[in-house]
Amino acid sequence: MTIVTEAAAPRTTESATARRGRAFADGRVMAGRYLRHVIRSPEELVIYFSLPIMFVLVFGYVFGSGMQVPGGGGYREFLLPGVFVMTMLYGIGATATAIATDVGRGVVDRFRSMPVARSALMTGRAAADLVRAVLETTALVLCGLLVGWDWHRGIGNMLAAIGLLLLLRLALSWVGMVLGLVAPNPDTVAMIVFPLAFPLSAVSNVFVAPELMPGWLGTIAAWNPLSATTSAIRELFGNPGLTGDSWPAEHALLLAVAWPVLLIAICAPVAVRMYRKLGR
Amino acid sequence: MTTTSAVVAEGLRKRYRGGNGTTALDEFHLRAPAGTVYGLLGPNGAGKTTAVRILSTLLSFDAGRAEVAGADVARRPDLVRDRIAVTGQYAAVDEVLSGRQNLVLFGRLHQLGGRQAKSRAGELLDRFDLSDAADRSVNQYSGGMRRRLDLAASLIRSPQVLFLDEPTTGLDPRSRNQVWDAVRELVAGGTTVLLTTQYLEEADQLAGRIAVVDAGRVVAEGTPEELKTAIGADRLELVVRDAERLDGVAALVARITGATPDVDRDHRRVRVPVADRMAALTAVVRALQETGIAVVDVGIHRPTLDEAFLQLTGHPAEKEASR
Repeated sequence: MTIVTEAAAPRTTESATARRGRAFADGRVMAGRYLRHVIRSPEELVIYFSLPIMFVLVFGYVFGSGMQVPGGGGYREFLLPGVFVMTMLYGIGATATAIATDVGRGVVDRFRSMPVARSALMTGRAAADLVRAVLETTALVLCGLLVGWDWHRGIGNMLAAIGLLLLLRLALSWVGMVLGLVAPNPDTVAMIVFPLAFPLSAVSNVFVAPELMPGWLGTIAAWNPLSATTSAIRELFGNPGLTGDSWPAEHALLLAVAWPVLLIAICAPVAVRMYRKLGR
Repeated sequence: MTTTSAVVAEGLRKRYRGGNGTTALDEFHLRAPAGTVYGLLGPNGAGKTTAVRILSTLLSFDAGRAEVAGADVARRPDLVRDRIAVTGQYAAVDEVLSGRQNLVLFGRLHQLGGRQAKSRAGELLDRFDLSDAADRSVNQYSGGMRRRLDLAASLIRSPQVLFLDEPTTGLDPRSRNQVWDAVRELVAGGTTVLLTTQYLEEADQLAGRIAVVDAGRVVAEGTPEELKTAIGADRLELVVRDAERLDGVAALVARITGATPDVDRDHRRVRVPVADRMAALTAVVRALQETGIAVVDVGIHRPTLDEAFLQLTGHPAEKEASR
């Protein structure tokens, strides 16, 4: 064979529609790349599956006996929605590490020297994260059913709750990409992500009702974006834990949409801009 | 620019921010004719990689102008990217995916359809002897295999300009020859190759023209032959069998060439610069035959590219490894 092929038709200036089409196609290819990574090294996914299941077991059975649920009801019924949310949160680590690893290696140089949409790596990662989140959520729902958690307000509300979780994951995915681009190398990602993620999940209504915390801490917990999604999905699943009368607690559904949308609106352009500025 | 230059750099300057703020490029000029291999030769840290990264749109620059394949690097990087490919010092491929998956991925990103991308990947894997390892993860590839895969990824679509940044550093001779063959084939097909190397032999073998880079500047430019000639004339050297004939030979050589020869008594060697190498050689050999002086060796020596480099930059090309 010959290594010389015909060059593609020379490009001048693409129309906006063509550019969007190309960005979409490139993003799809990138999403496929990240999903192939999962298939090539499934052990990573196993780790990410085992973490939430461990949460369920440790918190549900070890600490659960000593926890009070506001308004009564089983602690595991209260806990499971929180574990769903935490699972979405800890996905940040995988996202940030993947982006930091890519940027630190040569492969991004190749993407950047090719006529590939500048947003493609990140939109592709976001799409792949959503696919992963669907898998993780499915595993958790099954696991929850096994330990006695259930939804009580019909399949429609249940799917709406899952939708809110995926929206949160999408927002956190973009946060993770910004962190991955900020991190000087993949090894420092964990040092950035976990000090950020742990207090964020602790100072929320994931494990404990904010009403039981000292006043100022309770206020922070009530406004925490994670609390919004947790409250909203508890409501949609019909799980206990809706006792607060603070503004954020009463508008949990609204905030569960508004917070992620706001985070995406801030982080997505920042991430794409930072990627564009690599080498500047 | 003239239509025959595929890569043009005019007064490029690049200073790295932060750290010690070293100037990587300063008044960097380059003009690589289309359809040739143009060599950038210089030691580590000379600025070769910086120049390649700037010209391939990966790095910004502070001053000057650059044009690649007819497009302005600063103003239309999108057009440049559409017309180039880069193979750097470190394999720019996905480490987790297999070789085949990598080539299909890059093919898809080049707007090839699924089937087209697969068949092109298969062709390139064959071409670079990677078919047996095609479905193994790149993690398990040797350094040479990675480089070959990297080059294959650059050739999915024939680029108008191919940047090769030290493509054979650390390669075994077989892989190196494969890379060289691919380069020659590409150039025969009309591609312009900008090749950086610290191996003089590689530049000599492949490049039509060479720019010698040192401390962020081009310090000399020309064909390999021009560079060799520029630093000094050819030398006629002869080694005499009997030491007592040395002075006689020196006198004879001086008379023919009109220059004062350098006499090395330890090695019984006479050495003299010559302007017209063939005429001088013929005349000296004839004179030696007529006088019956026995010589062990006689010949013309051109300065090597190593000597040229040493003379141009004040230090040898391949020694230093600080960066």
